[in-house]
Parts: sequence; C-alpha cells; structure tokens
Amino acid sequence: MNLLIKGGRVIDPSQGIDETMDVLIADGVVLELGQGIAAPEGTQTIDASGLLVTPGLIDMHVHLRDPGLEYKEDIATGSRAAAAGGFTSVACMPNTSPVIDNKAVACYVVNKAKSEALVNVFPIGSITKGSKGDSLAEMGDLKEAGCVAVSDDGKPVCNSELMRRALEYAKGIGITVISHSEDLALVGEGVMNEGFVSTELGLKGIPWAAEDIAVAREVYLAEFACAPVHIAHISTAGSARIIRNAKARGVKVTCETAPHYFTLTDDAVRGYNTNAKMNPPLRGESDVAAMKAALADGTIDAIATDHAPHHPDEKDVEFNVALNGIVGLETSLPLSLKLVEEGVLDLKGLVSVMSCNPAKILGLDRGTLRVGAVGDVTVIDPAKEWQVDAAKLESKSKNSPFLGWQMKGKAVYTVVKGQVVHQA
Amino acid sequence: MGFRHKDIIALKDLTKEEIELLLDTADNLSEINQRDIKKVPTLRGKTVINLFYEASTRTRTSFEIAAKRLSADAVNITASTSSVVKGETLSDTAANILAMKPDIIVMRHSVSGAHEYLAKRVSCSVINAGDGAHEHPSQGLLDMLTMRQKFGKLAGLKVAIVGDITHSRVARSNIYGLTTMGAKVFLAGPPTMMPPGIERLGNVTVCKDMREAVDQADVVMMLRIQLERQGKTLLPSMREYSRYFGLNPTVLALAKKDAIVMHPGPINRGVELASSVADCDQSAIMKQVENGVAVRMAMLYHVCGGEPVE
Repeated sequence: MNLLIKGGRVIDPSQGIDETMDVLIADGVVLELGQGIAAPEGTQTIDASGLLVTPGLIDMHVHLRDPGLEYKEDIATGSRAAAAGGFTSVACMPNTSPVIDNKAVACYVVNKAKSEALVNVFPIGSITKGSKGDSLAEMGDLKEAGCVAVSDDGKPVCNSELMRRALEYAKGIGITVISHSEDLALVGEGVMNEGFVSTELGLKGIPWAAEDIAVAREVYLAEFACAPVHIAHISTAGSARIIRNAKARGVKVTCETAPHYFTLTDDAVRGYNTNAKMNPPLRGESDVAAMKAALADGTIDAIATDHAPHHPDEKDVEFNVALNGIVGLETSLPLSLKLVEEGVLDLKGLVSVMSCNPAKILGLDRGTLRVGAVGDVTVIDPAKEWQVDAAKLESKSKNSPFLGWQMKGKAVYTVVKGQVVHQA
Repeated sequence: MGFRHKDIIALKDLTKEEIELLLDTADNLSEINQRDIKKVPTLRGKTVINLFYEASTRTRTSFEIAAKRLSADAVNITASTSSVVKGETLSDTAANILAMKPDIIVMRHSVSGAHEYLAKRVSCSVINAGDGAHEHPSQGLLDMLTMRQKFGKLAGLKVAIVGDITHSRVARSNIYGLTTMGAKVFLAGPPTMMPPGIERLGNVTVCKDMREAVDQADVVMMLRIQLERQGKTLLPSMREYSRYFGLNPTVLALAKKDAIVMHPGPINRGVELASSVADCDQSAIMKQVENGVAVRMAMLYHVCGGEPVE
C-alpha cells in the first residue's frame, strides 16, 4: 500500500530541505516529495500539518539482549520500544550470550529481526572473539552476515597493538570500529563519577581521565593507521576536546553521546539511585555543558541512547551491586528536542545527529528522504506533552532515571519501509 | 524536644539540637554503666537485630551490650552465617528479618548507601553501624561525647583528623557532626587518600602537612590505615606513611597541652600511632570505647520513641 504524509514540515538535512511539503511512499520507497501531491487510489494518508517529518531516526547503540538475556529485553520488545521512540532503525551491540562474534549468532539476530522486529535491526559484531580482547573476531564473516560495525561494547580493547590491527583490518573490509573508551586501571572499582558527590556518598569514583586517556589512544591509533574509528558514548569535556582537535587535523574520528550525558549530572546519583548508575558515569555540570557545546559545533556526530535494559532485580539492590545502564529508546527524542528549545541545535542539526550521521557512520542506505530511498520516516509532534510512565514503556525493562518526568515532543508516526509501525 | 527520626543513618541528617539531645541522653545513660547491676527496663520487650555484613568486634559488642543494658533482646546475625553466602539479596534478607517483627535493625554493611536502601524497605528502625566509606554515626557521636566530656563544649574546638580520609566513614560522620556543632575541623593525609571536594562537606580545612593540622589542636584524631585496602598504589610503604602521617610525641607536642588523642580502633601500633602516644595520658581511646556503649544506648532509646529512663 502507498502512504502519503501530507502537509508536514519536512526536515531532511541530506537534501537541505526544511519546508512544508508532502511525502509519497510507494512500495516501501520514497516516490515523490513536493507540494499538493495527489494520492493515488487506495493510498493511506497521514495529515502531518503542524508536525515534523524527518528521515527515520537511527539509534546506533542499543542493547536488545537477544540471544541469551531475553528476560531483560528481546528483539520484539526492543524494536517496539524503538518504534515508540520514533526510531526506524537500531544497531544492536554484541554483548549478548553468546556474544555476536561469529556468523551464526549474527544470522540469528538478522533472521529473528526479520520475523519479529517492527523496525530495522542491524547487528554489531564484536571486535575480538568473545569480546575477550585476545584475538580478532571474523569481521569479514560478520559483515557478510549483516553486521554494520564491530565493537567489544562495554569492554575496551586494552591491548593497543590488537586495537591497531582491528582498525587496519576493519578498514580493509569496510566495516566501522566502535570503541568503548575506558582505561580500566583508572576505573578500578569505581561505581560513579569521581567528584564531590562521590566523596559525599562515600562511593568509589571513576575519574574523567579514565575516559579521556582511552579516547586519546583511539585517536592516535586511528591517525597512525589512517583508519576511521567511532567513539561510543562520550561523557567528558576532555573527550570532546580531544576529538575536536583530532578532527581539525583530519583524523577520521566520529563520536556519539547519549541524552543522559547532556541532561543529567552526577547529582542524580544522590539517594543511591541505581537508575542513575551507568557506564560511563554521569559527570559534572561542566561536562554537560561541554556535551552541548560539542553537539553545537559538530564535534559530536550522533546521539545514541545506549539503551541498556535490566531486570528490576538487577537494579533494586545496593548501589555497588547494581548493573550499569538505563533504557533510553522512548525518552531520547524529547530529551534531544530540548536541545532545539535551548538553541544548542536547530532542527536540521538534530535530524543530522539522530538520523543522517548515524546512517553515514554505519554505512546504511538510510537517513534521507531522497526519491528512491527506503521509505523510513518519523513524524514528530514537537509540542506533544506527556509523562514518562513505567507501565506505558514498551521496553521489557523500566530502568530509567526519567520515570515521572514531564516530556515535550513525541514521535506520533513511525514509518518503516512505508508501513506505519507505531502511532501515538 | 523529641527525636523525630525513625532511623539514624547519617549525622548529615541531624540538626545541632538532635545531636545535643543524643549526647545529653548518652551522658545521662552512662551512669547506668557504672552501677553494680547495669540494667534498666527501658526497652523491655523490644527486639534489636544486629545485622553485620562486615567483620566488627567492638561496634557489634558495644551495640549488643547497649541493647541488653536497656533490657532489649539483642540477636546477632553475621554475614558468614547468614543466607548471604547462599546468594540472598539484602532486600530478601530484610523481608525475612522483618517478618520476625524486630523493633530495630542495627546494620553494618560494606556498601555505601546500603542503610538508606534498607530503611526505605522496612517499617522498623534502622541504625547505621557503618556503611562503606559513607558514615558511621555512632562512632561520630561517641567521639563527640568524648570531646564534650573533656572540654565541656564542642563549639570552637580545633579537631585534626589525620589519615585515609577517602575510605573513612568515621571521618565523614565526624566532619558532619563536628561542623554542625561549631567545631573547626582540619584534615591531613596523603594526597592519594584525600577525596575531591572534601573541603565542601562541612567547611573543613585540608592541610598539606599533618603538623599544620595538629598545631594548637584540642583533639588529634588518627584514622586507621586499612592495610588490606591500600594495595600498592596509594602508599609507597607503611614505613613512609608512619614517618609523615603517624602521630609521635614530637608532632603531638605541637597540639595544645591538654589536647586529647583519639582513634576509632583497632590501632596499627607503630603505623598511625606510636605506642607511646597510644598509651599516654592524653590518649582518650579507651574513653571512646566506654562512651560507645552509652551513645548506642541513647540511639536505641531515641529511635524507640524515648520512653522515660528509670
């Protein structure tokens, strides 16, 4: 069936478009963009007047916990959460059980997604076998099976020689390397940001230097190997500065941050709130400001959620014991829209970091509404107010520090290959 | 005024008046400890559970004696004999204990914030007997009681706290309590053991040299160096630590003549305290232990609603 999205404010940075127009999708592909498009017989029509129409949002860093940890999330529920959040594509990390370090596991994800997922699911394979940091995973096979990047996710590749070879090898086969940048010796037994709040709470701190040093290493390795690297979820002012400088001298480095890093500080940990426990940890006010500045000047290429579902039993425990991570797919868009309200980004900039750039970094033929492109579209009501309610989250897990928050802005239609997969 | 808290988790939560009330009560109750028959019926019929997830002899014994002197029934649970080794969560342990209808749970736990977690989940009172590197309110109170007995007041006293501030719950409780009461706190220790922002906790002064902290001090409080915790990264050696941050007679001579020496125990003799200092006339260490019982009686008494003492 055809789909006509009428009279919305179309924002597509890939074509420099920001104007009110119609979008016609036929057979899952964008057929026409323009004013007053006449709908062919049997076309489903969405009245998008007063709404934003953007290329489908892409979250390049989520955890679907499938296979192996389906009690937290699975491909079906994770994709429902993605659709509810306005995401038409997600790239899922390999820290499953077993790890996505071979073709068989990657194919499992791709095939299960085909039959159960509402949105496009692109697996990310591991850099090293078992994400153990000892030897390279079969990246060629992983790519052939559908992986769009490789990453050891929550684990840094500690061995610099191995990381160098990973960058070189991945460049050869054309797959993106995503680095979780952390100096584990400096992290030690830290459970939150090192600073005044950790001192007050008597919790072991993680210094910002643990992130900065690791980001600096990746930048130098990428520069040396003349290979691209993508840094996951940066959270410190130092990381932003290092990446900004590296970009200026032509190093092929890209990076993402997550909504919580430009929304919350480590103050959120007070009361030993395990829903504010994540890795990297929530930082200080100057880091939050630095994230915004780095988004504003283009140092940060993407907003990703690091959607990390955990069972209540894994969060309803003493702080030290609680697992790291929060769910983020359903709160990312309104928290990011706030950046527009604050003047950090304009709408085009927002769509760039939430759709166009992630597509480019992962090499996806998405993130655009160009005629002939896949008909993945997100229709957003930027004024819609709503409250985050655990009972209404589509994700299987509810570990969010934003529960009860009043949000502004919501995806009202999520369209994947011309099909409406979510309507609010 | 009465004591309005269900729990005592942190001295940070207490006002000057509440701390004074607890210290006054402890002073009154300490008389019971001098009697031939050291028992009053004040908490008769009340059940106190000492739930200790960390090794402790003096604190646990002190709480147990305090409960018994007030005629409460005290039961001790230690982690090595509990369901923790079978994988039970704190929440489940708490639910099971609560089902036995205790009135007070006194807990020690290695995780900062464990008491806040527990107190939100149980209807009975929770008393913090030490949580991670967060707080140790009964130690803070007994330290303050010891100082107040010696000097008659806390306001205006200069208190030097020396040692591993980062890992010390004793230091945090003392900082909160003492600065609330108007004492001036000076901290000293190796830079590797001084946590960021500590000077903002209670408007304390961080000194580079321990002699600066001890100079003209009324109280010199030495913290225990936890040999098992320091690993190889925080200190070059115990020898060097004792040379620069240990209290010996020469450094002690910088303090006021009538200054007292305190230590939460157990002491590493020859490391943070020279033996001659630990056992000198100025040492208030045994007085601290003695006061521990009275302070803990006061804490148990007030969370139970503060019935009249006979």
